[in-house]
Amino acid sequence: MIQATPQPLYQENKETNVFKFILSELKPQGKIFTPFNVISIPVIITGLIIMYIRFTQGIGSVTNLSQEVPWGLWIGFDVVTGVAFAGGAYVLVFMVYILNLEKYRPIVRVTVLNGFLAYLFYSAALLLDLGRPLSIVNVIIGNGFGVSSVLFLVGWHFLLYMLALLLEFSPAIAEWLNARKARKFLSGLTLAAVIFGITLSALHQSGIGALFLMAKEKIHPLWYNSYMPLMFVVSSVFGGISMVILEGSISSKVFDYQLDKNHHKQHKSILHGLSKVCAVGMFVYLFMQILIFVHQQNMPYLFSPMGYWFMFELLGFVLLPMLLFFQSYRTQNITMIKVASVLTLLGIVLNRMNVSIIAFQYEAAVRYVPTWQEFIVTLTIIFIEIWVLRWIITRMPVLRKSPDWVNTNH
Amino acid sequence: MKKIDRRFFLKAMGVTAATLAVGTSKTTTGDPAHVAGDLPELKGILFDATKCKGCYGCEYDCAWEHELTEPDVIDEDERRKTDHTRRTVVNKYNTSKGEVFVKSQCMNCNDPACGAACLTQAMHKTKEGPVIWRDEKCMGCRYCMVSCPFDMPKFEYHSTNPKIEKCDLCYHLQQQGEMPACAYNCPNGALFFGTRRELIYEANKRIAENPDLYYPHIYGEHEAGGSSWMYISPVPFEEIGFNTKIQAKSYPALTKGFISAIAPVDILLPAALLGIYEATKKNKHTNAEKEDLL
Repeated sequence: MIQATPQPLYQENKETNVFKFILSELKPQGKIFTPFNVISIPVIITGLIIMYIRFTQGIGSVTNLSQEVPWGLWIGFDVVTGVAFAGGAYVLVFMVYILNLEKYRPIVRVTVLNGFLAYLFYSAALLLDLGRPLSIVNVIIGNGFGVSSVLFLVGWHFLLYMLALLLEFSPAIAEWLNARKARKFLSGLTLAAVIFGITLSALHQSGIGALFLMAKEKIHPLWYNSYMPLMFVVSSVFGGISMVILEGSISSKVFDYQLDKNHHKQHKSILHGLSKVCAVGMFVYLFMQILIFVHQQNMPYLFSPMGYWFMFELLGFVLLPMLLFFQSYRTQNITMIKVASVLTLLGIVLNRMNVSIIAFQYEAAVRYVPTWQEFIVTLTIIFIEIWVLRWIITRMPVLRKSPDWVNTNH
Repeated sequence: MKKIDRRFFLKAMGVTAATLAVGTSKTTTGDPAHVAGDLPELKGILFDATKCKGCYGCEYDCAWEHELTEPDVIDEDERRKTDHTRRTVVNKYNTSKGEVFVKSQCMNCNDPACGAACLTQAMHKTKEGPVIWRDEKCMGCRYCMVSCPFDMPKFEYHSTNPKIEKCDLCYHLQQQGEMPACAYNCPNGALFFGTRRELIYEANKRIAENPDLYYPHIYGEHEAGGSSWMYISPVPFEEIGFNTKIQAKSYPALTKGFISAIAPVDILLPAALLGIYEATKKNKHTNAEKEDLL
């Protein structure tokens, strides 16, 4: 568990020299030996050593990737699954800035921050997986613009979306630095960033599904279909929102001291609203899965090991959490929402892993199983991300209210 | 509360429906002829499985020409695959018509999946026919390997500056007007080099003149939209290890619908979002009032 830093509450930034201020903020606050730190530090150190080996001896020295299975855990989990988990950012800004549902505003900043950090660290994971990481600049400088490539379009949308997320979050940075004029300017850009961010998200979320369109015979027919791009977008809506629910429940405990009294009452109502969005999204998703199943005449595959695995995914991790979300709304049960969101997230992991790893090359003689090094590196990336997230939340107005000058200084 | 969520739901549905409509309406046919106007003059090689005697000479020629490691000591019953150390392998198959030897390597498709997959155009279909890999552009993402229906691009997993190895029909030799090394050196006449048009004509002629000897199919004429390598065989192609599930359409055609939907969505969705924003602006005030009442 992430441990809070029970330290003097944030004080107004009085430092006039920005650099001195940032230097003072860089110092760790709070206890060093929290359970989270004790677990994460050894993992991170091991992970960094593995990364060093990867860069000096090649990808094959620490992974089980093969000529038949060129994408493993680092792409299948860190990127393909991670992007779906970060989908909450575009759904939530859509609800708050486009639909003007003010109720959800208190959780927008933390969600956008989570989304931004997720993208930042998943692109780091991507660099680890590239054979020639430095050559990634070719995509930007135009040493070959592969405009017919889905990956090219995903890459560019990914990159631009990171900028959009940074812009959406930038007012919080300005408030932290006490930069009043910059804040005014940056918050003026928010709506534009939001509109383009949602568009870029819709396209790269679907693009990740479209990446696998050409692997037609390699992916088991129960998972391969020409609607994969659409299915990936729809599942990113409830996957992302489930992440917001889970993450919100954790951070409202860990960072309790940052929240005002009204928060808990508000938070309940927000959770119920979000659980309804999830339930409806999952209903649409299930309905589309059934249409595809019937349309592709997949019945013959259903009573085989892969068929049972498919039913396990759909019934256990889509249908069940969907029913729980509906039920939780009727009974106003918060615990049920949390259980449902965990199940949903596991379902997203299952689905993405199935498409990219488990049902991929399902007929191959030697199946890909990740090495322990691949798991450790994945954990390392997640842990470093949590460290950075914690650093930002304890310093910037993310969960807590903006400084007073924001509302008075219009 | 209820009203707002239903509205959100309907709008989300509207947007996805529009995406879908744009996405599917533009799907092109997999006609390989759209690749290049001069398609019939793409060069290629016809492999005749009735003529190959299994001397493995082409493996040595290929390794020598591309400075790869010398082929390993051959156990004829071992089924081998190409990898980062060998661009081609010959395997023996025991079939209904006795022993048949088959050479395998990258097919050099007319409209290659790897070429459409590559985000830096490192994989490139040349106008002469070969699909080449360009060192200075590749970033090692291995999306070509994910996309290739024949699993032919091979990656150096144990290198810090990994290359992709695959048959490029000896593009460097073809540029000098010479034949690919394997076709030039084959002692049994199993490899016939020429333009695709010549290869198809020759293959059909051989099948027509000897209907008892050949199985009446040219593998590679239509598979994956057609390829520069083509095969004729005495037995059905399943028996000699070929993937017969390969679709006749080219593989890049599978992503064309999605790719052509991107530009319209990039343009129309922001406009739609701005419209929704303007339409729901008033919620801001009504919601704020409601919250005050709570």
